[in-house]
Amino acid sequence: MPIKTANRAWGRYFNYSQEDYALYWPQDSLPAVENSLLPYGLGRSYGDSCLNDGGALVHAESLNRMIDFNSDTGVLRCEAGVSLADVLQLCVPYGWFLPATPGTKFVTVGGAIANDVHGKNHHNGGTFGRYVRVFELLRSDGSRRLCSPNVNTEFYCATIGGLGLTGFIVWAEIQLLKVQNAFVDDDSFQCQNLDHCLQLFEQSRESHQYRVAWIDCLAQGEALGRGIFSRANHCSNKTLPAMLVPRKKLSVPFTLPPYVLNKHTVTAFNALYFRKLGGVRKNSRLDYDAFFYPLDNIHHWNRIYGPRGFLQYQCVITKEPRAALHALLARIARSGQASFLSVLKEFGDLKSPGMLSFPRKGFTLALDFPNLGQSTLDLLNDLDAIVREAEGAIYPAKDARMSPDMYRYGYPAIQDFIQYIDPKFSSSFWRRVQP
Amino acid sequence: MNIVIFGATSAIAQAWARLHAAQGAGFYLVGRDAGKLESVKHDLLTRGASEVQLHPADLAQVQDYGLMVDKIYAHWPTIDTVLFAQGSLPDQRKLEKNIAPLRAMLELNTMSYILPASLIAERMAKKGCGRVVLISSAAGDRGRQSNYFYGTSKAAVTTFAQGLRNHVFKYGVQVLTVKPGFVDTPMTANIAKSGPLWATPEQIATCIENGLQKKKDVIYAPWFWQIIMLVIRHIPEAIFKRLGL
Repeated sequence: MPIKTANRAWGRYFNYSQEDYALYWPQDSLPAVENSLLPYGLGRSYGDSCLNDGGALVHAESLNRMIDFNSDTGVLRCEAGVSLADVLQLCVPYGWFLPATPGTKFVTVGGAIANDVHGKNHHNGGTFGRYVRVFELLRSDGSRRLCSPNVNTEFYCATIGGLGLTGFIVWAEIQLLKVQNAFVDDDSFQCQNLDHCLQLFEQSRESHQYRVAWIDCLAQGEALGRGIFSRANHCSNKTLPAMLVPRKKLSVPFTLPPYVLNKHTVTAFNALYFRKLGGVRKNSRLDYDAFFYPLDNIHHWNRIYGPRGFLQYQCVITKEPRAALHALLARIARSGQASFLSVLKEFGDLKSPGMLSFPRKGFTLALDFPNLGQSTLDLLNDLDAIVREAEGAIYPAKDARMSPDMYRYGYPAIQDFIQYIDPKFSSSFWRRVQP
Repeated sequence: MNIVIFGATSAIAQAWARLHAAQGAGFYLVGRDAGKLESVKHDLLTRGASEVQLHPADLAQVQDYGLMVDKIYAHWPTIDTVLFAQGSLPDQRKLEKNIAPLRAMLELNTMSYILPASLIAERMAKKGCGRVVLISSAAGDRGRQSNYFYGTSKAAVTTFAQGLRNHVFKYGVQVLTVKPGFVDTPMTANIAKSGPLWATPEQIATCIENGLQKKKDVIYAPWFWQIIMLVIRHIPEAIFKRLGL
């Protein structure tokens, strides 16, 4: 008897119900279900790409065994439910780091492949999918395919960024990045406006592995696009430790009431955050948790958005990014809808093998908005229009509302992709974006 | 450190073993499914275990535990810790109607703890050191109509562990009884898991490790089950028999 629970995605926006199944061992078969299946990892996708309303979710969390790690070459083979946190804990002490990592380490390796995740180093590292050497794909007909750049290439390319629709990734082998220790040297600037910020991105393109900016979205006029720009490199000092000192974790113990986040509290937060460097520039040496995963230190941070949840919006824009960013930020500032986690990154032109991969050369802006109902949806539709004008796309892992049309516009490879979808696999996202 | 695990493919056993793999422990794993044992072996070796020996055996059908324990001691002259984690939780209704699965459950949940644990504890007592960890259950604290066969099998383990502890304590052997509540594992795959009472295998593993290090005798895992079971144990039988638990 399957169990029905309301699995909520990270944005807590949908309240769908689906049957829960799990794979516990690599040799387990997929459950025989009447409706559709969707692999589920740690539920860090924001919208409905990790949900399957009325269908089944097949949990991968118990597929969390390591299979092999070569500490000379940095090649790791593990089951697909292993989290990036687990990978780091095992590999950093040997001097190996993730070659691409999202802003949370609480995602599975399978999920990182299915969403072809990226980090602050896209301009010189590309996406996670570029480092996937081989994986095993289990299909609903019981067949198992080894997929690599040379074998079953079509399934390899379709599954990277394929949103879990091409089958169940059982295990994968990834190439890690050599590092000397657990630290990065961060060089942060207070930037007064968007141009200043873009200038810093430009200047640091060759010199730094990691570049990211936090933007104060409520700043208008002269200060439009002000924020904190941060650039960093892995620290090359061989004498520093490769282990982290455990720090105390904070937690949001319950869902906060909806009025906690409003224009005034967020304006106050942003004004304080803008001054966090205590000057215009600050150099610091940070361990990887502090630099890459600051929010992971606050468990259930998504609860601050209250019972109605929130909407993430992440877009990439490719044509005339300066003008498009101006337009986006101006529209957001005018709306007064509070976003306090607004992140700007620049993507490079390193190509991912993934057919439906989101990153492409240009700038990517990620914002979150408390769910205020129609006014929030109206705002996001307006942003879509600007993104489309700038020949961009929206990131499905974050999305809860883009139109089928917008999706097709951003991902023309869908036509080719559909032939690799497993007939038993589907997701709420996938059904939503069908025309 | 030399660690022997019975029921090594259980989720709790795997989670606990990982804590020690990182410290370079050696493992001797007993479990039913050779393929699954192989997966666990690779996991532990990758995480830093110094060696992993496999002993595939269906613990519901072992004829001679003497032979098995001899084999383990032939491999290692000393065992530091032995963990018993095997078990099954069949549907109570099916057991009420059929004696064969009931017998198999008692063999797995009870006999395969008591027989090898007493043999190994004897040997540990002779060496003057060692730790025996037995995973019992909060369900063994009081019989309830919904799962009293399972509860019986675990109550026997709890009582056995009490006696064994009483016997080997003076020889420097620690016997730890672990009583988990609801744990999200394959054993409970068909039970709805909502609410704050459910724990992960990793949480239980941490409880076990703390219990071992603090030289505890009996632990509930997580701790709050101690309070819940304190209440449940103290309901007078005249009232308890009328409750639909």
